[in-house]
Amino acid sequence: MQKNFAPSAKKRPDRATWISAGIIFFIYVVVFALEQFIPPTTMLFTVLKKGATYALVAVSMNLLNGFTGLFSLGQAGFMLIGAYVYAIFSIPGEVRARVYQYFTPAINFTLPVIPAMILAGLVAALFAFLIGLPVLRLKSDYLAIATLGFAEIVRAIFQWKKLGPVTNGSNMLKDYPTFNDFNIVNAEGKVVLYLSTLLPFVIAGVCIGIIMLLINSTYGRSFKAIRDDEVAAEAMGVNLARHKQLAFAISSFFAGVGGAMLAMFTNTVQAKGFTSAMTYEILLIVVLGGIGSVSGSCISAFLFVACSEWWLRFLDQKQVIGTFEVPLLRNGFRLVVFSVIIMVVVLFYRQGMMGMRELPDLFRKKRGKEAAK
Amino acid sequence: MSETVLRLNDVTMQFGGVVAVNNLTMEVRRGEIVALIGPNGAGKTTAFNCVTGVYEPTNGEVWFGNTLIASNHPSGKMKKLYAGENAGKYEKVVKITPDRITKMGIARTFQNIRLFKTQTVFENVLIATHLRKTSNLFSATFRVNAREERRMREEALRLLDVVGLLSVRDEKATSLPYGKQRRLEIARALATGPSLLLLDEPAAGMNPQETDDLGRFIRRIKDEFRLTVFMIEHHMNLVMDISDRIYVIDFGKLIADGTPAEVQGNPEVIQAYLGVDEE
Repeated sequence: MQKNFAPSAKKRPDRATWISAGIIFFIYVVVFALEQFIPPTTMLFTVLKKGATYALVAVSMNLLNGFTGLFSLGQAGFMLIGAYVYAIFSIPGEVRARVYQYFTPAINFTLPVIPAMILAGLVAALFAFLIGLPVLRLKSDYLAIATLGFAEIVRAIFQWKKLGPVTNGSNMLKDYPTFNDFNIVNAEGKVVLYLSTLLPFVIAGVCIGIIMLLINSTYGRSFKAIRDDEVAAEAMGVNLARHKQLAFAISSFFAGVGGAMLAMFTNTVQAKGFTSAMTYEILLIVVLGGIGSVSGSCISAFLFVACSEWWLRFLDQKQVIGTFEVPLLRNGFRLVVFSVIIMVVVLFYRQGMMGMRELPDLFRKKRGKEAAK
Repeated sequence: MSETVLRLNDVTMQFGGVVAVNNLTMEVRRGEIVALIGPNGAGKTTAFNCVTGVYEPTNGEVWFGNTLIASNHPSGKMKKLYAGENAGKYEKVVKITPDRITKMGIARTFQNIRLFKTQTVFENVLIATHLRKTSNLFSATFRVNAREERRMREEALRLLDVVGLLSVRDEKATSLPYGKQRRLEIARALATGPSLLLLDEPAAGMNPQETDDLGRFIRRIKDEFRLTVFMIEHHMNLVMDISDRIYVIDFGKLIADGTPAEVQGNPEVIQAYLGVDEE
């Protein structure tokens, strides 16, 4: 994670950057250690795996909404494309016929996991490029509506019966390699080394690292220029159409990879799961974490997933304390709480948790204080 | 006589029924400081926007050196509405986007300062070096081309030094006082590597002392970067002091041009600025 300003022409990481790098490394070590000692069925690992996936998707959305200033709501659509491409190309040949029980599979070869994931990203980016041509001419709300519409259309098309030989119609895709297949098993079928939680962390970490590098490169700077002032950016020689197109395609690439990760997490893929509600969840993560902060998106992704899957589950069930039955608690109440949270955040904490700061900024002295002296 | 850097031929810009710039013909020669003056709403900024590609002129053409950067004739709905002259003269339609015009070497500042608000002073200048990059997306992301990145940073620091903002490089751009924000805009424009610099009211909101400094500053950067300067300005002292030639427009029409002395004595200019005596 580079800092955003440099005291000299040569960028040199300062102490705060090293501390942040240390924290991130420590988190990876802890995740690896926990996995070896705690039973894998614990809720904690579900949260960590899904959290890592959502962190990547949230960061990819932040790249577009927070750093380039393009308000797009097509994330679920690109995730769906990524998830399907990954699943279709990585189902092993011997189970393919069983998965496509009503169709004759059109694609009959299998890619290893990593190439399949990259392909998932590339196909999502290709779709983004194509729909970006007309859609990116739109501004703010109109762009959001158009991309939201795109995501819905994709969801419908993938369930179309005529595409069955490729997408398996509205039936689910399954039996492709998942996170659990990466645990190292000995001859008796006993797991000797758990890697199923570390893997999503590594994939998400690499992807988010690349996004960070991009944001701090000259291209990232022009994305931010577009966000701050389109007219000025264009007058400074930033080709608006090209850079918006780039940001859109890159964001979708990582959303596609995130979709593939989600497929690995859920073990099965079905188009009907990728609703616009999923996009809103990710948008909620981005807003809570801070629009324009990569670390904010990561932190809030884990918090959000932990709340929705684990900590706030009790809100959906009848709770009795002694003889007193807590009112209001019933199925779906959790979502009401989330709605209230987002309203409070939008009204009172518009900056989210991190604002536009990154992790290293937390360890630096406030610049305002220095300036006041 | 030195060569022409910028030439406008019969440029007319009409918005609906309003003619903002009317049949403006003018030229700027290499190494000059040329001022465009006129009362409020005379169409000065509109003329600038026609040059920088923000607007497509309704009629007329704009040449930058030997390149035609804008050319148009009334078409579509404008055919009927058009109220200017020389409607049939310019057959060609040339439209170049602002970023490409900047790449050709025309840089500008804005009347109502348009800095990148969330960025630091340093980053504001750094962004403007983007257009001269040679690295592509991958080499930039993975720092294959670290030397270029370093060169961009050095260039930005050098420019900040030139405009005297090196000490505030890590401040938020919008936290600077007004005069410094104007200087930062000029530094940012210089970072695009221009040969022609368009300044839109660089002295707006400055006190007489700051205005004097600005005049000297414009001259200095003009010499240092071998620029041609074309500016819009309201401070008459500054205009008369530093310009080689002045164009005066009123209601979009050119009413006078010449050296500061010539323009000052022109009765039409006095009339446009002071109004006519009814009797």
